[in-house]
Amino acid sequence: MPKKFNRFVLPLFLAMVFLALPFFLEGTTWGFLVRILGVMGLYGILALGLNLVLGYVGLLDLGFMAFYAIGAYTTAVLSLRGWNFWFCLPASALMAMGVRTVLGAPVLRLRGDYLAVVTLGFGEITRITLNNWDSLTRGPQGISLLSAAVPPLRFFGYSLYTNTHFFYLIFAFLAMAWLVCRRLDRSRIGRAWIAIREDETAARSMGIHVARLKNVAFTISAGFAGVAGALFARWENFVTPESFTFWESALLVAMVVLGGMGSLPGVLLGVAMIVGLPEFLRADLFSRWGGGQMVNARYLIFGALLVGAALFRPEGVWPRSRRKD
Amino acid sequence: MFVSGNVIFEQVLNGLTLGGIYALIALGYTMVYGVLRMINFAHSELFMLGAVGGWGLLALWPGGATLGGICVIFFVAMVGSGLLALFLNRVAYAPLRGSPRLTPLLSAIGASLFLQNVVFLWRDSQLAFPPLFVSGHFHVGHLDVSFLQTFIILISIFLMVNLTLFIRKTRLGKAMRAVSQDAETAELMGIPVHRVVALTFFIGGALGGAAGVLNGLYYGSVKYNMGFAPGIKAFTSAVLGGIGSVPGAMLGGFLLGLLESLGAGFLPKPEWKDVFAFVVLIIVLLFRPAGLLGKNRAEKV
Repeated sequence: MPKKFNRFVLPLFLAMVFLALPFFLEGTTWGFLVRILGVMGLYGILALGLNLVLGYVGLLDLGFMAFYAIGAYTTAVLSLRGWNFWFCLPASALMAMGVRTVLGAPVLRLRGDYLAVVTLGFGEITRITLNNWDSLTRGPQGISLLSAAVPPLRFFGYSLYTNTHFFYLIFAFLAMAWLVCRRLDRSRIGRAWIAIREDETAARSMGIHVARLKNVAFTISAGFAGVAGALFARWENFVTPESFTFWESALLVAMVVLGGMGSLPGVLLGVAMIVGLPEFLRADLFSRWGGGQMVNARYLIFGALLVGAALFRPEGVWPRSRRKD
Repeated sequence: MFVSGNVIFEQVLNGLTLGGIYALIALGYTMVYGVLRMINFAHSELFMLGAVGGWGLLALWPGGATLGGICVIFFVAMVGSGLLALFLNRVAYAPLRGSPRLTPLLSAIGASLFLQNVVFLWRDSQLAFPPLFVSGHFHVGHLDVSFLQTFIILISIFLMVNLTLFIRKTRLGKAMRAVSQDAETAELMGIPVHRVVALTFFIGGALGGAAGVLNGLYYGSVKYNMGFAPGIKAFTSAVLGGIGSVPGAMLGGFLLGLLESLGAGFLPKPEWKDVFAFVVLIIVLLFRPAGLLGKNRAEKV
């Protein structure tokens, strides 16, 4: 009985409390939390996607934000041409996956850190291209979706536009992303990925098609980024290339590593910590003591905490448990 | 487009200047990678601290630094950045030997944020780096050559020559080569691996600090977040040349600097220069997966 309670009733209860949060927060001084939780949800989708490549296959990807950017821009450009969001969304996912497959075919032969620098390069190429392809992306000005040409985002007749609406929309997609990851984790593909990570040569000699499986991970992960990008574009109603820098990609890697590579709850915990901590430090904790000076110091404290986390939990805060079977 | 010899020469000179700075930073990445097989992602902050430290020291010469002053600034910036690299290794990396491969990346990002914000809290704006005695131009035939660029190129080549001599000719250099070839065997042969690793961090940091001062002289300003872009470029240079290879980092640095400045000069829009550089990098890696001078190690089974 207690076992069932722990595995089923408790999570369900927590999920319900979590989903009720916007009702309590909206309109109060804590209303900004809804927005921060929404941002965490978006990063959660991204980090679960990156985890497929980084956590399972063990490939360091330093340009993951490029596919978030491609998703966001696909939705932005199509929305301006009058496309409905529910068509933009799959278009974004397909676009990101398509680009990633084409890129993956040649570069996945590269090993370790060489692959990392190529993904970094691709991330920069994407950002600079978005910044300079003025006829399509309007360059550094970015694309605003606050125009009459953009159809409102409707879901069974309801218009979705507030932070609370997007909170639910984003967490619905996060839940789907989670389920996809869970299924992959327990599938032949997931086991093959882990085998590749542990020992590529051994995996190959056991008959695993290493190149194909790497590209599968590469492609699926881009789909996650594309979906997150589409949601981001419609939520912000504004996209610029500066949202998709190398720094963002590096922080995303940090989220997965901090949480625990290959551990799904760990990855989400890592996201909550890295997105949440600077906000938390800004919000209340230090304003009582130091005022403005401490607000400025929040990234200093955050940096020190990251070093500390790496030293005290080198496997991640919530590492993947090895299954006993 | 009409391209005169003068313009090409100017771009090549710009490229070599930039390349010298990239190469000095890239050496820090590649040397640490050589001994530890780890990318030191906080290395760009050592470069930044060298530059900002140099700026701080310049206040000692209100009327503009003399030649002796410049030497002092270089010396202090290099030793300072080197000691900081030691500290970084001690605090953020050394305790993580033997943990998962990417954990040092996390502590590097943390350390990077920490160091940037230490400087941010001290001075959060763009700091003007005063011009030094090396200004103006001289003429070779009908070509204009800037003193400053010549100075930067010469200093970077001087440092690289010394580094090469150190690695090739001294006992400590030999120990470094041994550790980079096979740390375990080197340890068994009685080489103090931990001390050699620390020395590698020190030298890499010192070169980064020197590059910071040169960068400050070249662009005339420094800022707490200035390490980021040159850091990425230098890391790319190191990979282009073959990460772990010291001559590779030098070659990669100069090559990337040249690609960038020629790209800026001759592409329809100078902003595409980085795209050009990265595309070349990707193409090179497709044909030489271990970089230009890197060794393609056969896998042991």
